[in-house]
Amino acid sequence: MADHHHKETFLTKYVFSQDHKMIAKQFLITGMFMALLGMAMSALFRVQLANPGKAYPILETLLGKWAPGGVLDPNFYLALVTMHGTILVFWVLTGGLSGTFANFLIPLQIGARDMASGFINMLSYWFFNLATIVLIWSLFVETGPASGGWTIYPPLSALPQAMPGSGLGMDLWLIAIVLFVVGSLLGGLNYIVTILNLRTVGMSMQRLPLTIWALFVTAILGVLSFPVLLSCGLLLIFDRTFGTSFYLSDIVIGGEALHYSGGSPILFEHLFWFLGHPEVYIILLPALGITSEVISVNSRKPIFGYKAMVASLLAIGFLSFIVWGHHMFLTGMDPFLGSVFTFTTLLIAIPSAVKVFNFLTTLWKGNIRFTTAMLFAIGTVSTFITGGLTGIILGDSALDINVHDTYFVVGHFHIVMGLSAIYGMYAGVYHWFPKMYGRMMNKGLGYLHFWGTFICAYGVFFPMHFLGLAGLPRRYYQNSSFPMFDGLADINAVITFFALAGAVFQFIFIFNFYYSIFKGTKASKNPWQANTLEWTTPVERIHGNWPGELPTVHRWAYDYSKPGADKDFILQTEPLKEGEEEH
Amino acid sequence: MIEKIIYVIMPIAVVALLVQITRVTELLSKINKEEPNKVTTRDNDFQGKLYFIVLMAFIIFVIWQMIVWGPLLLPAASSVHGEIIDGLMNFTMNLILIVFFVLTPLLGFFLYRYRAKERKFAYFYSHNNKLEIVWTIIPAIVLTGVIVYGLRVWDQAMNPDLTNASVVEVYSKQFGWTARYSGGDNTLGSANYRLIQGPNQLGIDLSDSTSHDDIIVREVHLVKDKPVLLKFRSQDVIHSAFIPHFRVQMNCVPGITTQFGFTPTKTTSEMKAQEGEDFEYMLVCNKICGGAHYNMGMKFIVESQEEYEMWLSQQKNIKNTLLTL
Repeated sequence: MADHHHKETFLTKYVFSQDHKMIAKQFLITGMFMALLGMAMSALFRVQLANPGKAYPILETLLGKWAPGGVLDPNFYLALVTMHGTILVFWVLTGGLSGTFANFLIPLQIGARDMASGFINMLSYWFFNLATIVLIWSLFVETGPASGGWTIYPPLSALPQAMPGSGLGMDLWLIAIVLFVVGSLLGGLNYIVTILNLRTVGMSMQRLPLTIWALFVTAILGVLSFPVLLSCGLLLIFDRTFGTSFYLSDIVIGGEALHYSGGSPILFEHLFWFLGHPEVYIILLPALGITSEVISVNSRKPIFGYKAMVASLLAIGFLSFIVWGHHMFLTGMDPFLGSVFTFTTLLIAIPSAVKVFNFLTTLWKGNIRFTTAMLFAIGTVSTFITGGLTGIILGDSALDINVHDTYFVVGHFHIVMGLSAIYGMYAGVYHWFPKMYGRMMNKGLGYLHFWGTFICAYGVFFPMHFLGLAGLPRRYYQNSSFPMFDGLADINAVITFFALAGAVFQFIFIFNFYYSIFKGTKASKNPWQANTLEWTTPVERIHGNWPGELPTVHRWAYDYSKPGADKDFILQTEPLKEGEEEH
Repeated sequence: MIEKIIYVIMPIAVVALLVQITRVTELLSKINKEEPNKVTTRDNDFQGKLYFIVLMAFIIFVIWQMIVWGPLLLPAASSVHGEIIDGLMNFTMNLILIVFFVLTPLLGFFLYRYRAKERKFAYFYSHNNKLEIVWTIIPAIVLTGVIVYGLRVWDQAMNPDLTNASVVEVYSKQFGWTARYSGGDNTLGSANYRLIQGPNQLGIDLSDSTSHDDIIVREVHLVKDKPVLLKFRSQDVIHSAFIPHFRVQMNCVPGITTQFGFTPTKTTSEMKAQEGEDFEYMLVCNKICGGAHYNMGMKFIVESQEEYEMWLSQQKNIKNTLLTL
């Protein structure tokens, strides 16, 4: 394949490309665009929460009827939080994160020329792209985009009478998700097949870098759970469009008794969270994989407890399928069932704790190099600790009575899943940028971006725990309706200050990214002195990855600072010396 | 017009400025015979120390928040099961805070202590089965404790003693709450959504004689130390009845009746003395339900038996309201 040079046109090289590296960049740049959109939405609703009811004439200029007199409309506020959640969960942290790094790293790190099927891989991106277009289109319809929360519980999402966002906006949301799921499944199947079948000579499963293990488990989770979301969404489309009653029963709205009978909204919640909980790990695991790799490389030490790291990935992946009920403790389900879900949920803390301890031990007695990627990878460890711990409260059904659907939840999942995954994504971009574009990203700007982000993000999300423990429900347009929440205005102002400041630092990243693509200093072949196979490919990034033969692997990916070696890293392609033990 | 031109030119100028600054810094490092964008020993030294300082500052920020914002948190629970939940909450919160206050500085310390210096090699340490078994088993033991304690509290909260409990229905719709007392027979008359019409907003079956003594009200009065069983229904979408001070929360789902039983332990006036004159127990909606979700609440009042009976005697039951129409 390497010497088979078919003619590349602009269209086959940049648009309908079948090269995994180009597809990865397409996912990345689409994801970045959506991330900016999602962030802009959060900036809008944060401004409203800090100064409820204050008029900003510029908002009316920008948003028209959604901000009459410069004050955000309550329905549009809900549309913003809904779209923010949808975009960040699916478009950025699933499509943008898995799509980018699974595509980019799997062939490069296992020693393959490309994905098992380049064509299906291309389709995967274009379904994602189409889904993006439909989702953005939904922002511009008369009745506004979907507004029932990213979890779109019916009947709210099923009935156009219930809120304006449940009209055409909801239809488009569902179509976008269906397209998105098709794209994810095509991608996921390809990743699994590629990892199982296209590993180069010597690359046994026990020698896979942890990034690949994480992406492998992620792809399996996706393939097993996304079809459930698909059917869940299709049934909702049926209820909305064809008058079936899967999720609806006994409803009177606008003074009119509806014909629906015998359905259950709780069924929707079960189906939704059967995807929804694995989805959390679909988001988190790739970030943990990237973090493992980046921390090992920059500590100049092998990752501690490789086998335990793989086992904990598998354990988390397995457990993630039997915990979904913890989102539903207060739906009126049998308390005994609640007990079972409490038990399984809290078990996840064990493999998570193992991961944290192994990260810490990897840093211990290291020779730590603080590249920007390393700063972000360590950030992931910090947020995984901070956010993971509050999960022990939320997973406990008895305590969930206090904090369910409050800002405590918002703080928890933004730290443990949002920040950890975003930091993992940034770590990945900074670390593999030289392989993606053959240039280095600017170091100083990277440092500035990291510190601004890290400090502001904790400033945004940590105070939310206090709001939640004060009993403040999430998704409130303003907190001033009930005097019991009057004291919380200061906390909201602090959060909004950090949110807006944090947003500014993201533009430094965007600038650095595009500046470095065109003007960055030229990268060498292996700038971080890492062991994995991608660093044996030429800087020029050719179709087929390696110019001659595929590399042969002789050792695991983590021989850093191995005693007896003359350098502190040994490429996976280097044969074992006589008498050398594997590790 | 000039303003608009400035809006367009400003971002371009900022980007151009950033490009120049970035190029100059990269050129400067070239002049200093450094490879630009390569992490130097000086960088490692500085970043390692900075990370330690920032993580410690984060710890201080957390403590500051606990001191300054701690008083804003909910006061101790005003219900029997709520006090038990508070005990579990304090236990779990202390546990996770200890772990947090140990692990975060430890992470910072490692970053500071092991920042790269001139030394060539790190310590090759790929695994230690004993150590890994230890830190699998210790979390497992701790979590077993948390789970057992948690499940006992859950069991107590979900299965309270409800003999002699009065039954009150809490009915939700966009965007308000209504309550219905079951009257002298302590039985709620049956209801059906198809009967919702005109003034019969709860769809009560008036042919069911147990409904005749039911009382429909817009605020709920409860008796101190007397158990109550709330039964929840919804007319349109999912709502959630959240009464933070009682540690009570339950979803209201159309087509299904859900319930939550509890015993209030502090009267509203006792709470006013403790929390300030404008204190009220509030039930607030805690499941996104539409545009006015943020504005959907109902007052709860806890009082003595005498005050309660006085209030109840002033309310009209269905026989005197809906049936007379």
